[in-house]
Amino acid sequence: MLRLDLGWLDYTLLAVYFVVVLGIGVVARRAVGTSADFLLAGRSLPAWVTGLAFVAANLGATEIIGMAANGAQYGVATVHYYWIGAIPAMVFLGIVMMPFYYRSKVRSVPEFLKLRYNNQTHVLNAVVFAVASVLIAGVNLYALAIVLQALLGWPLWAGILASAAVVLIYIGAGGLGSAIYGEVLQFFIILAGLIPLAIVAVRSVGGFAELGRRVEASALGPNGLHAWQGTGVGDVSNPIGANWIGIVLGLGFVLSFGYWTTNFAEIQRALSAKDRSASQRTPLIAAFPKIFIPAVTIIPGLVALVAIPNFGNDDTGGLEYNDAIPALMGQLLPQGVLGVAVTGLFASFMAGVAANVSSLNTVVTYDLVQPYLARGRSDAYYLTMGRAVTAGGVIIAVGTAFLAAGFNNIMTYLQSLFGIFNAPIFATFILGMFWKRTTGWGGFWGLLSGVVAGTAVFVLSKAGVLTFGSDIEVTFYQAGAAFFVDAVVTVLVSMFGRAPARSQLAGIVYGVAGADGVVPTLKQPREAVWWRRPVLLGGIALALTVVLNILFA
Amino acid sequence: MSTEGGPAVTSRMARLFDVRYVIGGLLGFYGVVLVIRGLLDGAEQLAQAAGFAVNLWTGIALVVVAVAFLAWASLRPLGIEVDEEELAGPSA
Repeated sequence: MLRLDLGWLDYTLLAVYFVVVLGIGVVARRAVGTSADFLLAGRSLPAWVTGLAFVAANLGATEIIGMAANGAQYGVATVHYYWIGAIPAMVFLGIVMMPFYYRSKVRSVPEFLKLRYNNQTHVLNAVVFAVASVLIAGVNLYALAIVLQALLGWPLWAGILASAAVVLIYIGAGGLGSAIYGEVLQFFIILAGLIPLAIVAVRSVGGFAELGRRVEASALGPNGLHAWQGTGVGDVSNPIGANWIGIVLGLGFVLSFGYWTTNFAEIQRALSAKDRSASQRTPLIAAFPKIFIPAVTIIPGLVALVAIPNFGNDDTGGLEYNDAIPALMGQLLPQGVLGVAVTGLFASFMAGVAANVSSLNTVVTYDLVQPYLARGRSDAYYLTMGRAVTAGGVIIAVGTAFLAAGFNNIMTYLQSLFGIFNAPIFATFILGMFWKRTTGWGGFWGLLSGVVAGTAVFVLSKAGVLTFGSDIEVTFYQAGAAFFVDAVVTVLVSMFGRAPARSQLAGIVYGVAGADGVVPTLKQPREAVWWRRPVLLGGIALALTVVLNILFA
Repeated sequence: MSTEGGPAVTSRMARLFDVRYVIGGLLGFYGVVLVIRGLLDGAEQLAQAAGFAVNLWTGIALVVVAVAFLAWASLRPLGIEVDEEELAGPSA
């Protein structure tokens, strides 16, 4: 019943998109002469390009389909993933952490750990990142294959293989440069499909007031329209199933800071900006579209819930939550804009996988192969290696795609992975950047025990030893445990070790002058025009978020 | 080891093509196609989209965005970035 009736016009629009994207890959390939061209795209891009790529890298098919699913399942409280779970961390990254990353001249996030801590910490983080990237790329592949199967009638395996082949050609040719330029393009196509869908969806149920009335009458109840009501400690009646402490600390602090400030798939976009100010503005520019994206994901989710009979009850033959956006597309969009919307779904999928693959090849080549496995080879060797890793990563991701099939809600699965892999890293970074006393082994044991603690909470909850209010609450607590254990172990091990030599901290730790005599501080770049000042941009983003939280409380 | 791939090496990536023309071109093409499709839409298409001329309006919006990008790209071409000479921060 989900099958779309695509006409020749829709297929033409889709085909034109593929021609343009593959064209970007071909043109970008001509610019690739060295491994640095392929894996870094240079530090030459303007802030608006890296900013839109930053937000598009996160706007994968899983994000869009998963957030619409959350909208139908948890209601308006899904905005926490954006306004609490993303904006504060993005602003923090732009104003506080980006200056440290950019001036250290690292080529990847794990490389910062090599400079600050020791090789063991570096390898641990690089390996964990590589594994997580491949798993998440697999989830993205699976998500698109489901959509292809439901909408176009392609078998699952054909969808996975065809989509993987497109990404392989496009990233394999142009590397990070074609990934970033492709992401900017994808950003606009995704919105060109989702905005009309959201408008038509609201009109189809008779406007916002009628939508609100019907959501209150649905399984979500009155709190389905509120982000904060019913999240009191010990008295949780909001569909999100977590209290406000869990939301603020688990999602807002640990989970989101871990993801946004240390995930190399994101930071890589900011590192490719042309100067420090542009790198700081990258996540801040990205914050503005991020604030408003819930309007085009949560609203279709709510409409699907009230307009499609038996929605979300897949046990009794209804559609799954993940079907919200595809089902509405088929029902509401006529040929023409339908083609744009289908293209947008493809584009969002490619944005997600391209980000994973283009960060994976950099980390494997520059953080594992070059320093440890095959030292001192020619640059041509590492360029070939980067391309080989791209191919290998895509092939493993295809295998992973089938692993994702066991979970009903893709987003929760993704969050589980982030909780385990990302949450502890933030503790390691923030201690390393601001506490001179943190030692190499403190960083290593903190990171390792954090990952183990997060995994333990996840496994114990799956085994039924620990019980939580909802799957989402599990991810909050496992992220919290990972962060807390990492921080405590890092501090304890550091206290018992010998303080690191000053030369090891030079230029990368707050207040320790580098070899060039420059002391890293939080002084912001002087900018002539107001819209280039990071603190002002970040302040506006935060103020907007506060206002929206009050409006939707 | 972490300094290779500096601005000089890869700025040719940025100069090779201006992504603003690519955005403007693709969105403009989609916009024109949707406007034409929208003008041909009958009662059936209108009813499917809850009475909203979705092809026409999406097409118009896309054309506006496309024109904005093309105008920006031609008024401020790459290589004459006088406005981008930023004062570096004290520690940058």
